[in-house]
Amino acid sequence: MEIFTEYRDLIAEAFWTTIQLTVFSAIGALILGTALAAMRLAPVPVLNWLGAAYVNVVRNTPLTLVILFCSFGLAQTLGVTLVDPKSPTSITDSNFRLAVLGLTLYTASFVCETLRSGVNTVPLGQAEAARSLGFTFSQNLRIVLLPQAFRAVIIPLGSVVIALIKNTTIASAIGVAEAALLMKEMIENTAALLVVGAIFAVGFVALTLPVGLLFGWLNKRLAVARQ
Amino acid sequence: MTSVSVLFDTPGPRARVRNTMISAATIAVVVAIAALIVAKLAGKGQLTAAKWKPFLTADLWRTYVLPGIAGTLTAAALSIVLALILGLLLGVGRLSPHAAIRRPCAVIVEFFRAVPVLIMMIFAYFLFALYDMFPSKYLALAGVVTGLTLYNGAVIAEIVRSGVGSLPRGQQEAASALGLSWGQTMRSILLPQAITSMLPVLVSQLVVALKDTAIGYQITFVEMVRQGTVIGSTYGNYVPALIVIAVLMIGVNFALSAAATRLERRLSSSRRATQPLEGAAIKQGGAPSALIEPGD
Repeated sequence: MEIFTEYRDLIAEAFWTTIQLTVFSAIGALILGTALAAMRLAPVPVLNWLGAAYVNVVRNTPLTLVILFCSFGLAQTLGVTLVDPKSPTSITDSNFRLAVLGLTLYTASFVCETLRSGVNTVPLGQAEAARSLGFTFSQNLRIVLLPQAFRAVIIPLGSVVIALIKNTTIASAIGVAEAALLMKEMIENTAALLVVGAIFAVGFVALTLPVGLLFGWLNKRLAVARQ
Repeated sequence: MTSVSVLFDTPGPRARVRNTMISAATIAVVVAIAALIVAKLAGKGQLTAAKWKPFLTADLWRTYVLPGIAGTLTAAALSIVLALILGLLLGVGRLSPHAAIRRPCAVIVEFFRAVPVLIMMIFAYFLFALYDMFPSKYLALAGVVTGLTLYNGAVIAEIVRSGVGSLPRGQQEAASALGLSWGQTMRSILLPQAITSMLPVLVSQLVVALKDTAIGYQITFVEMVRQGTVIGSTYGNYVPALIVIAVLMIGVNFALSAAATRLERRLSSSRRATQPLEGAAIKQGGAPSALIEPGD
């Protein structure tokens, strides 16, 4: 227990970074994923193809590789560091932002596929009715399909968010000071393996469990009732 | 996707012109971005022959890439086999009529789905190191396999549970009527049918396991991504090295995903077999890759 009190501030800081990584990447992935889903459903074959290519390439690449690519490829080779190089915290900020970028790019492909399966749950009559009212494809998508699709995939989207929370640990590969990195440090410094393991396991259960419950509650409130 | 045509009208002359214009604009943007990246890479000297030539030497493949591929495949194969065993035990345990077996299995499954694989790998790695349980050469492999087995085992347990749950009730009722015990019903009636319908989802889970071996990068496990960075630092060509590794990895995973789709189609087209499980039907706390049918 002394270990916990000794490291309390560091643990709080690390999990705060985990939460920040999750929130920023979730917002990014939701936007990019929705755009990708729209591309895959659009009447333009080039857009379909581009969306499908993106999803298939990114989904089959390990997240570690995506994040390392952001760091080694973008930042170190191409000089895209996403920060002002003169700022005193530029290295930490750069790693954090690159990790958010990697997590966003990766998670967006799953959001896209989840949304696409949500659009499939919308009864055909809805799209047909929209067309017969003279809606264009984008009106159809914005006003009729996507609102229902989102409400149909609340639980799967929750799974994507939970997976994202767990995936943020991989950001430690490029030195972002989140939970997994601190866990490694603490094990090396304290040698109290069981206590440290328990702290971080409980920490992640405490993060993922409420998210699961929240999405379950949202689903109950928002799901489209169909006969 | 048969429903796509329902989402919009068949394009008339004006829509066709507009779609062609959107296509042209998209292609122009993509080409411009690609050109920008190529120009920047060329500017940094990443596209010179010297950076790519090492990949044509047998030496590089023998020293770096092949050991990486061997590590990735070994870890994935070992952990998927162990995860199948663990998943079957936990999944059947969760269906047990005895609460004393059902509840602990449920807690174990939920716990291992909630904890990140990396946390489990780090824990297992240091645990094995502390108690000297494996020769140091195999320490990282043992850590990776343990982490992947626990996580994938928990996911497979849920696949088993929903596979058995998706069978018609009459199967179990007929077995009870014949006087079969719970164990006999499970073994000879329910599981054989459930496993057939679970096959496609299990193959997609293999893709997840294969991809997740890369998490072992962080406990110094020799797998493809780590070898890619080693090549990068040896030859000073990070970008080409990571691109080559990515192409290899995507190739293998894409082939496996395609195999899963084919399997699913074959199962749903043959009338005698049970219907395949829908990937999305399984509530996964974990990797979303298994929850979605592989793309077309």
